Amino acid sequence: MAQKRTDLLRGTLDLLVLKALSLEPLHGVAISRRITQITQGAFQVSFGSLFPSLHRMEEKGWVEAEWRSSDHNRRAKYYRLTRAGRTQLKVEERQWNQVVKIMAAAVQSS
Amino acid sequence: MPKRILNLFRNLVRKRAVEQELNDELRSSLEILTQEKMKGGLSQSEARREALIELGGVEQVKEEVRAARAGRFLEDFARDIRFALRTLAKSPGFTAVAILTLALGIGATTALFTVVWSVLLKPLPFKDPGRLVALYERSPDGKVAYGSVAGGVFAEWKKQSRGFSSLAILAPSVQHTFFGAGGALPEVLRGAMVSWNLFPTLGVAPALGRGFTAQDDQPSANETAVLSWGFWKRRFGGNRSILGQTINLDGQSYTVIGVMPSWFAYPDASVELWTPVSQGQGAKEMRSMDPSDFDFAVVGRLKPGVTEKAATAQLSVITKRLHDQHLDDPLVSKGASSRPLLEAMVGNVKTPLFVLLAATGCLLLIACLNVTGLLVARGAARRREMAIRSALGGTRRRLFGQHLTESLLLSAAGGGAGILVADAVVRWFVAARPDMSRVDAIQMDVWVAVFVVLVICGCALFACLASSPSVGGSGTLAALQESSRSQSEGHGRARLRKTLLTLEVGLTVILLVGAGLLLRSYQRLRSTDLGCITKNVLTMGINLPPEKYTKDTQRVTFFKSLLEGVRALPGVEGAGLVLAVPGQGFSGGPEFTIPEHPPLPFGKGQSAIIRWADPGYFAALGIPFLHGHTFDPDSQLEKSPEAIISQSFARQYFPGEDPIGKHLVTMLTGRRSFRIVGIVGDTRYLASEPPRPIMYFSIYADLFNRTPNMAALAVHSSTDVTSLSIPIQRIVQRLDPELAVSNILTMNQLIGKSTRDVSFDAALLVAFAVLSLTLAAVGLFGVVSYLVNQRTHEIGIRMALGAQKSDVLRLVIGQGMAPALAGLGFGIAGSLALTRFLSSLLYGVKATDPLTFVAVSLLLTAVAFVACYIPARRATKVDPIVALRYE
Repeated sequence: MAQKRTDLLRGTLDLLVLKALSLEPLHGVAISRRITQITQGAFQVSFGSLFPSLHRMEEKGWVEAEWRSSDHNRRAKYYRLTRAGRTQLKVEERQWNQVVKIMAAAVQSS
Repeated sequence: MPKRILNLFRNLVRKRAVEQELNDELRSSLEILTQEKMKGGLSQSEARREALIELGGVEQVKEEVRAARAGRFLEDFARDIRFALRTLAKSPGFTAVAILTLALGIGATTALFTVVWSVLLKPLPFKDPGRLVALYERSPDGKVAYGSVAGGVFAEWKKQSRGFSSLAILAPSVQHTFFGAGGALPEVLRGAMVSWNLFPTLGVAPALGRGFTAQDDQPSANETAVLSWGFWKRRFGGNRSILGQTINLDGQSYTVIGVMPSWFAYPDASVELWTPVSQGQGAKEMRSMDPSDFDFAVVGRLKPGVTEKAATAQLSVITKRLHDQHLDDPLVSKGASSRPLLEAMVGNVKTPLFVLLAATGCLLLIACLNVTGLLVARGAARRREMAIRSALGGTRRRLFGQHLTESLLLSAAGGGAGILVADAVVRWFVAARPDMSRVDAIQMDVWVAVFVVLVICGCALFACLASSPSVGGSGTLAALQESSRSQSEGHGRARLRKTLLTLEVGLTVILLVGAGLLLRSYQRLRSTDLGCITKNVLTMGINLPPEKYTKDTQRVTFFKSLLEGVRALPGVEGAGLVLAVPGQGFSGGPEFTIPEHPPLPFGKGQSAIIRWADPGYFAALGIPFLHGHTFDPDSQLEKSPEAIISQSFARQYFPGEDPIGKHLVTMLTGRRSFRIVGIVGDTRYLASEPPRPIMYFSIYADLFNRTPNMAALAVHSSTDVTSLSIPIQRIVQRLDPELAVSNILTMNQLIGKSTRDVSFDAALLVAFAVLSLTLAAVGLFGVVSYLVNQRTHEIGIRMALGAQKSDVLRLVIGQGMAPALAGLGFGIAGSLALTRFLSSLLYGVKATDPLTFVAVSLLLTAVAFVACYIPARRATKVDPIVALRYE
């Protein structure tokens, strides 16, 4: 399997993870898959980045974790957005949109 | 934030549970991935492999997660310390050497810092000490910038100057004979005569009783005294009832009115009591215009808003006016000068102390370099360990942190031991230099503690940074695969160690040169010819209290019978009395005129050191007569107007004429003219100063103005002269039971006292230099041994191919000597640049003394050669077969 990796902008990973979790609670592998899906395969997050990001957000209180059975009857650690996490997602979305707008304007102006 | 603290708490306290959960999570992720892959049609083992690859290394992911957690830093630090302790304990030899080296370096530096800080930098313990200045007369010829002040000049300063809120005067060193109650032995002690306002000027009040008032400081007032805390405790058992009682000083009753606080030590710590300056002899001196008459010092407190410069300029104007009013008295100064009081008290020890501090700094740096060298060597041995740790997910930062922790631990342990070393050194220093100004202020305080902490951190950082290129780094794979045959890395490491070594040798050379120069100065000083016999000569001070010896005949009789008695003692070869023996000091140099010469132009004067001596003094100390003869032993008092001059006196003031039969007139001798009857060889008044013109008058002469009631007795014996001290004291006791002799010293001890500064500085610097030479030699030995170990294989091949032992020796020694010689070059260059700062401490030796430089170079080369030769010889013992099989 070719390890094609696109470098994520700093801070983008958190946004993607929050976004991936906004519909339903997911476990680590599923989050990775979901990100690949919503970015149409452009981003494949390495677990070496994903797990530290999840643990950091858990400490910040944006996500909560609980152990439950997965679809295949296996115990897995599921992450869920908290209220603070949803607020944070809104903040990050707004910021991202701003960045995109500014960058687009900057690129077109030249 | 509270959430974060909660997390920190969870991570630290429930560490095991947190780790377990992370483990479970990763395992479950792995299983989910594997299952996913198996659904895609892979076999179980194939799927597991793919899953592992995608996960990217379980241990590495774990490490990344750990790094993201709160409290990571603390946790790492604790782990690093545990790990470092384990590692250090595993190589006790290395650890002990490193800690010991650092302890010596940190200890010496801390001790000297304590001294420099306490003596030179800490403000004086007086009120608003920044406004206190010491004031001086500038000598008319401008040669003496900080001369003593005449009492008469001070009185005018006080009357006319506007820049000072108060001005005080003191005679800083006056000898008293103290008679204890109930027939206790009389004791000679040091006091200071002070104007009543000295204590208020300094802003210090007595701890008990009261200070002087203006009424106490009058010629007509009753005698009063203020005691030092130490004297009060020592002689009066700290009994408060001493206040208001009288004590007997020089046969006179003084009422004790106060006791100063225990910390008060002005003008210095050896002063035991203070008396008003306007009483006794001081009353007369306070009117004199001649600054050389009495050794007065003046302290002033600047008014707020007045600068030292402006206030001193005004004093200069006043002094110049006085000079112009007294043109007939050429010794009246033309100007005044000043410096901060602290500077005046410690200015003379500033340079030596800073030199010693710099030397300890060098020593510390050398110690650090040595420890760095050890760390580099160990880094080489631990390359594989580092590579494995890095392969297991240890980031560079973590590895560096680990390395820093280790050197921090080493340096903290070294610093801890160093404090003990410093404490011992400071104690010794205080005991060895009781005469140094402000020695009483020396103590380790908070600032010293801060200094130690900074030094420890500095050492750790230095050792860590200087040795870290050898830790971790690139080529992890290479390190794992590579056998110990590796040459390239070994060379890089050796180059680093050689650079360190070059630095170390350079610093050592600078220390050696400094120590060598001081040692040579000391040698020169000790071997200077004082101009008289110094072997087996005993000297002691005799001070006849003027209150008791009021008539000249009393004094003459006492001195004559004393000499008679002493000369009759068995073993005595000669005995004489003189104001001060050679090497004992200046003791006054009044102006004089020669009636046979045309009068000097207005405002010009000539002066010479004055000595009164008995007729037998010159013979007793072997001072040769070049012309003429000694004083007529039979004539005394007014019948003895004779003078003797020294050779340099004759050369300077009687060039091209015969001084014998000419006359001398001085103010001190009541303007009477004294006929010159002899010329004697030069003697030095201080061992460190060139001979100056001296004029001698008979101690039996009638000297009107200044009665010679103070004299040094010098006794020359054929055998051990110290055994004579008791019989001589018995003779004194017999003649006057109330009289105490002071300063019983052999001539050699006396010279030793005046050369003590130099010998002390030299001894310390030599100790530091020897220490650093040892450290450098150990460092060199270590590097060469390391090289030999690295190259065993190569040497084996060389020998198998026919290299001779001498070739191998040359190869290895050359490797070690190269950095040593480079260091020697740097050191010599550095010394040439730095030793001029030493020049004020040197005597008879130039700062670029070639002999010292050559000797140091030879010594260093020899030591370096030995340090290289020992491991090199081991290299020649390499058995080619064993070396090739090695691996």
